[in-house]
Amino acid sequence: MSIQNKVVTHENLLNFLGEIIASGKELYAPQRKGLKTYFHPLNDVQTIVFDYIQTTLSPKSLLFPKVERLLSYTRDGKQIHVTDSSEQKQAPDRILFGSRPCDAAGLQTVTEFFRRDNPDAFIQRRQNALTIISVSCTKSNEYCFCTSVGISPGDTTGSDILLTPIENARYFVEAVTEKGSLLLAQYEKYFEKSEAITKEPHLVKVTKTFSSTEISERLTGSFDNPIWKDASLRCIGCGTCAYACPVCSCFDIQDEGTNKKGDRLRCWDSCGFSLFTLHTSGHNPRSTQSERWRQRVMHKFSYMPEQSGMLGCVGCGRCSMSCPADMNLKEQLLEIAAKVEDV
Amino acid sequence: MENTFEPKIVAFVCNWCTYAGADLTGTSRIKYATNVRIVRFPCTGRIDYNLLLKAFAQGADGVIVSGCHPNDCHYTSGNFHARRRWIVFRQMMEYMGFDMSRVKFSWVSAAEGAKWADIVNTTVQEIRDLGPSKEYAEMSRLGVV
Amino acid sequence: MQVLQQKAKELLESGKVQVVIGYGEGTGERVRPLFVRTAEEVSKLVWDDRCRQNLAVYLNKPEIKKMGMPALIATPVVVHTVIQLIAEHQLKVDGVLTLVVENGSVKELFDTTSLEAYAESHPVIFPPFVKQEIKTIAEMSLHERFKFWQDEFSRCIKCYACRSACPLCYCERCITDNNQPQWISSASHAQGNFEWHVNRAMHLAGRCIQCGSCTIACPVGIPIGLLTIEASRIVGTEFGQQPGLKCDAVPAMSSFKVEDTETFIK
Repeated sequence: MSIQNKVVTHENLLNFLGEIIASGKELYAPQRKGLKTYFHPLNDVQTIVFDYIQTTLSPKSLLFPKVERLLSYTRDGKQIHVTDSSEQKQAPDRILFGSRPCDAAGLQTVTEFFRRDNPDAFIQRRQNALTIISVSCTKSNEYCFCTSVGISPGDTTGSDILLTPIENARYFVEAVTEKGSLLLAQYEKYFEKSEAITKEPHLVKVTKTFSSTEISERLTGSFDNPIWKDASLRCIGCGTCAYACPVCSCFDIQDEGTNKKGDRLRCWDSCGFSLFTLHTSGHNPRSTQSERWRQRVMHKFSYMPEQSGMLGCVGCGRCSMSCPADMNLKEQLLEIAAKVEDV
Repeated sequence: MENTFEPKIVAFVCNWCTYAGADLTGTSRIKYATNVRIVRFPCTGRIDYNLLLKAFAQGADGVIVSGCHPNDCHYTSGNFHARRRWIVFRQMMEYMGFDMSRVKFSWVSAAEGAKWADIVNTTVQEIRDLGPSKEYAEMSRLGVV
Repeated sequence: MQVLQQKAKELLESGKVQVVIGYGEGTGERVRPLFVRTAEEVSKLVWDDRCRQNLAVYLNKPEIKKMGMPALIATPVVVHTVIQLIAEHQLKVDGVLTLVVENGSVKELFDTTSLEAYAESHPVIFPPFVKQEIKTIAEMSLHERFKFWQDEFSRCIKCYACRSACPLCYCERCITDNNQPQWISSASHAQGNFEWHVNRAMHLAGRCIQCGSCTIACPVGIPIGLLTIEASRIVGTEFGQQPGLKCDAVPAMSSFKVEDTETFIK
């Protein structure tokens, strides 16, 4: 991985993105809608928003959309034709601009999750066609805790290119991957060579408030700890946290059709829903909200690290920001660090 | 130029009045437009508004909902409940931008064979003038990657 | 705030209630739902303009029911909610002690008379921006309205925060969770989102007490309350019934009058 040192002015950055759109690629960048910011495909680079801390929803939908067709079928008398969507035409070439380091790390985790054991062709082909240009963080809010989960405001994990805002309306440009280097090379007229710049002084400071390894250790054996009951009293059991999260990858398969034609769809699902683990027999192993809340925290901080070495959280804080009942994950983790006895 | 568009109309009717009435239209040898596909329900009270939406999503251009006259319901009060539901549903749909002029409601009794033919003919003509229902059906195919 | 904390302390210490459901400080500037069970914790209760979320949604939660008799700190619209829940047989009149703050003191609403009197004298008042939004939509053409709602629904991710935050959405198994048959597509494509919002509005017609919790809860800023408010407005205009006022009211959409009139049925 050659991390070349370049610098780009804000104006040239917009020119670069404009040319990308003109070349026929899809550009997803932050757009304002009311008081919220979303990643949206766009044609006019002037509409890109730069002064935001977080988008409301994560960019995971670029890899793992909220609804996607896995296959479709048609029936013609006795003939049934099935079309596998993953064998369809190539996924369109896409550039994601403006993701934060936490978002990019989340995308990497999602990619890995869908690659291990049983490689998912749908996610894979989108990932192959996606180039991620992230922008380091110069601001944070009370919900951020990336540094407590092994990421930082200037982290390159998961990005193909990372831009760090520096003085005089310029950005320090790092090509993190081969894909990133190739893209920069195609438009090198916009990028000036630079000596190495230390990112640290330009980034926001996010104080580390807990150690995720320590949390994982404390969680082992805390299955029956009473902490879960009190913490989850105000949880209303919606799917907001899972859907806003850049890492959550649970899905539901829905078959929609008639006996003539139909689709098999993959949709987002959330472990917070009361019927998430309902069996056909009627038994529900997680019938109370405290069991579901415990599952959420333990899956991200105990089961996932144990099984795959990956933490299920990037510290973006979206879950807590969007939660209608103010279930604050960072707060819960700090409580676990303080209250759950040492193993 | 003559409008040759043949609309697809789905009719949700109750078994005891309108279905019998439509039967009477046939036995009376009254000719009427053939664009209608009739779906039989025990009572208009059983007709869920979701079925109307599904009909449009699957390509219907118009819908007829028809049942017993008030006070004549075979199950006494089913059509009264249905009436309340339709009063709210129509206005709710207009509020959400759905064109309710494509949905016709009527009371047709088992003796009103001629009325049924008239309702169908009028509806077919009105929907023909409105043209194919495109907006809702197109919307129904959006949003899947 | 002090009077509320004092009242909560008295109620808990006397054993009259086992839990006080109110608001406490949350993340940053937010408040969050708080469940106070001991007199020592009452100092955590807050009461100010930020306290808008409808806490009546917790009255039907099994974990809360298990705690015993609850006291509910209520904004005026929450009192309407309690009455509506009683009318729909989801709550017993003596199953909750409703606390309202009026003129610097705390009043206990504990029976039909006190609840209904308070609700009568505190009708729901929409903030100006809601009134303006309703007016804007009413002035749009049919086609514009369709585009408007399609644009809003395109952001819907089917998280059901609107459903979960609504005290009147208390079905243990929501219509959208049924797949025999699948009445409403649970996928968040355009059809699934449209069907969901239509059904929610229809199921809340004449029941929505207009607290706005659904709109507050929605993570993507869809003005969901405008749909359910409109559904209740239609019921109010057509059938003369407002929700949340009478503990013995018969729900408008599960009843009828022989004299109901309309002009669209030929």
